[in-house]
Amino acid sequence: MDLDALGACLTTSACVVTQATSGLIVGMLLFLVAAGVTLIFGVLKIVNFAHGTFYMLGGYVAYSALAATDSYTLAVLAGALSMALFGVLFERALISRVYGSNVLMQLLICYAVVLIFDDLVKIVWGPEFHAMGMPLAFQVPPLFIAGGVVPPFYAVLIGIAALIAIVLGLGLSMTRLGKTVRAAAINPQMVSALGVNTTLLFAIVFAVGGGLAGLAGALAAPVRSLSPGMGFSILIESFIVTVIGGMGSIAGALVSALLIGMVRGFGTIAFPKFTDGLIYIVMIAVLLVRPQGLFGRRS
Amino acid sequence: MSGLMTRRTMLAGGGASLLAAPWVARAEANTLRIGMQSILSGPIALLGTSSRNALMMEQDRINAAGGFLGRPIEFVFRDSKGQPQEAARIARELVNSTGCELLIDAEASSASFAVQEVVRDLGSIACIHTNSETSSLTADPKIRAPTAFRVARQGVHDAVAGSIYLAEYANAKKLNKWATCSPDYAYGRDTTAQYLQFFKQFKPDVELITEAWPKLGQPDFTEVITKLIQAKPQALFTLLYAGDLSAFVNQGNVYALFAQMTVATPNVDYPVLAAIKNLPAGIQSATRYLETFPNTPANKEWGQAYLKKWNDRPTNWSWQNSLAMQFYEQAIKQANSLDAKALAAALTGMKVNTPFGADGTITMRDDHTTIGYAIGWGQTTPKEPFIVDVKTADWGKIIELETEWKKQQKYI
Repeated sequence: MDLDALGACLTTSACVVTQATSGLIVGMLLFLVAAGVTLIFGVLKIVNFAHGTFYMLGGYVAYSALAATDSYTLAVLAGALSMALFGVLFERALISRVYGSNVLMQLLICYAVVLIFDDLVKIVWGPEFHAMGMPLAFQVPPLFIAGGVVPPFYAVLIGIAALIAIVLGLGLSMTRLGKTVRAAAINPQMVSALGVNTTLLFAIVFAVGGGLAGLAGALAAPVRSLSPGMGFSILIESFIVTVIGGMGSIAGALVSALLIGMVRGFGTIAFPKFTDGLIYIVMIAVLLVRPQGLFGRRS
Repeated sequence: MSGLMTRRTMLAGGGASLLAAPWVARAEANTLRIGMQSILSGPIALLGTSSRNALMMEQDRINAAGGFLGRPIEFVFRDSKGQPQEAARIARELVNSTGCELLIDAEASSASFAVQEVVRDLGSIACIHTNSETSSLTADPKIRAPTAFRVARQGVHDAVAGSIYLAEYANAKKLNKWATCSPDYAYGRDTTAQYLQFFKQFKPDVELITEAWPKLGQPDFTEVITKLIQAKPQALFTLLYAGDLSAFVNQGNVYALFAQMTVATPNVDYPVLAAIKNLPAGIQSATRYLETFPNTPANKEWGQAYLKKWNDRPTNWSWQNSLAMQFYEQAIKQANSLDAKALAAALTGMKVNTPFGADGTITMRDDHTTIGYAIGWGQTTPKEPFIVDVKTADWGKIIELETEWKKQQKYI
């Protein structure tokens, strides 16, 4: 434990800016994945244990798309859109058959998908790690803001994720589709009885969730190693985010993802040997005070 | 009609199988199975796959030369994903259910200690650890197992060699403020401590100003990198490897980390160098495996044969696994048996001629670990041969300081 180092960091703008940027990038990428988990749970009451697979496949699809097109923008779009499509197929072919079933059945199906696609990735891309490499446009020196280091690539990533958070938030609160999704989250039978095509609605929810996870995988691919099974670690953190934020709450997912990011960013200075443990302590502390999570509704 | 044909075909096939079964069984019984377990998936799968590739080349070579004791050998490969409990289960299964008569434990240290206990418990199987570098696995007499050996570089050897090189480099460049960033498990913690101990011995004015312990396979190192930048060390020592090292370098590049501090690592392998898209020049690096070190025709020939067969470069783990089979081969010839105790007796003190030795030979010491392998340090360059200006380590000094360390640890 090194609280002196943390104190010294918090009193210098350079350290605060650098660590806050670090927390923001970790948090925002986490939010993109966790938003899908919480959206799917909120509407369908399905805990999608296969969500990390969407993140992994998004990264791999982007990796291949970049090799084919030499365009990072197209690669990111390919990663996101292919996972949106995969989300629809996943929901229609598998998840739709276990709505209302025992949670163990849902877990079994999701886990099977995780194992199958981990092995398929090994067959298609090989078992070793791959590195996409930084797009040429971002191979530039970092910016220095108030003495802190801010990489342009991360600034763009944070911007994209923030934009998506705003669009998602406004979309859910302002649009007819968003209101229907929120209504379905509270009372799906009533929404169905009112003539809304819930089959289409559920497929859209999975498309959005899958697309966001695929987008996160594609956006992170230039800096994170791609390897089979890489979705697992992000899945665990996504669940922590979802639990802290409140199951089903997009705003909660955003706040708690940023909280986790900041705990990582500043926790590593104060508790270099206990950063991961710190995240769980935050989760326990939040749940002790608010068992339903920061933005969750009491059932 | 087609159904009838299918049934007839099946009946005929079944009859043929019944007739052939004893012969098949006999042929299978004659085959000597060797169990190999490792990390064959995930961000550090390179460890397992490059080990497996080398072993498959050894299988071809040994079978072409008549096998072991006149029996063809066949590897049974298993993926433990590096999980100790899974590694222990697989080791037992390979021996008890799959009928393996020898073991190659190609796990990282996280699981090798679990396999060691299984081998000790079974008592009747010889095992060679080919990838665990944690010194205590064989250096600590309480952990050492009677029929288990290590054919791999050892942390304390690398620590001495690396510390001597880095102390000279740091003195020349006046680098006194250092940071460390190593994976948070036995290998990372033990070996970093050993490096620091020897480094301080050779450069007493060195100051460790910060340390970071990311998890093995951690996807994001951003907070670690920014913390390092904040601490403003003059140099960074890291034991990250494979996909973790690649991700660290790629994420470090985003922050121009390598322009802000000198980086030293003993863990840069060919495929990692090739996979890192924007490899910074001037990383101080151990050689791990280099075709040009030792610069002998035999070493070059082995490296090229590997490249030709797998369309990829070998790793440090590749040569260690290849060498393990050389040790088994020579020990089995000497013992004329697969009996674990007889093999252990033959392996102890054995010297083999090999392309990977500093002087063309490597010896299995009586504490069940190898000495005399090629260790060198140089600096990276983005193109082949990737590491240049290599300086050879002094094995006399390594053994002298290793002995001191063992006394401090009360191992001897």
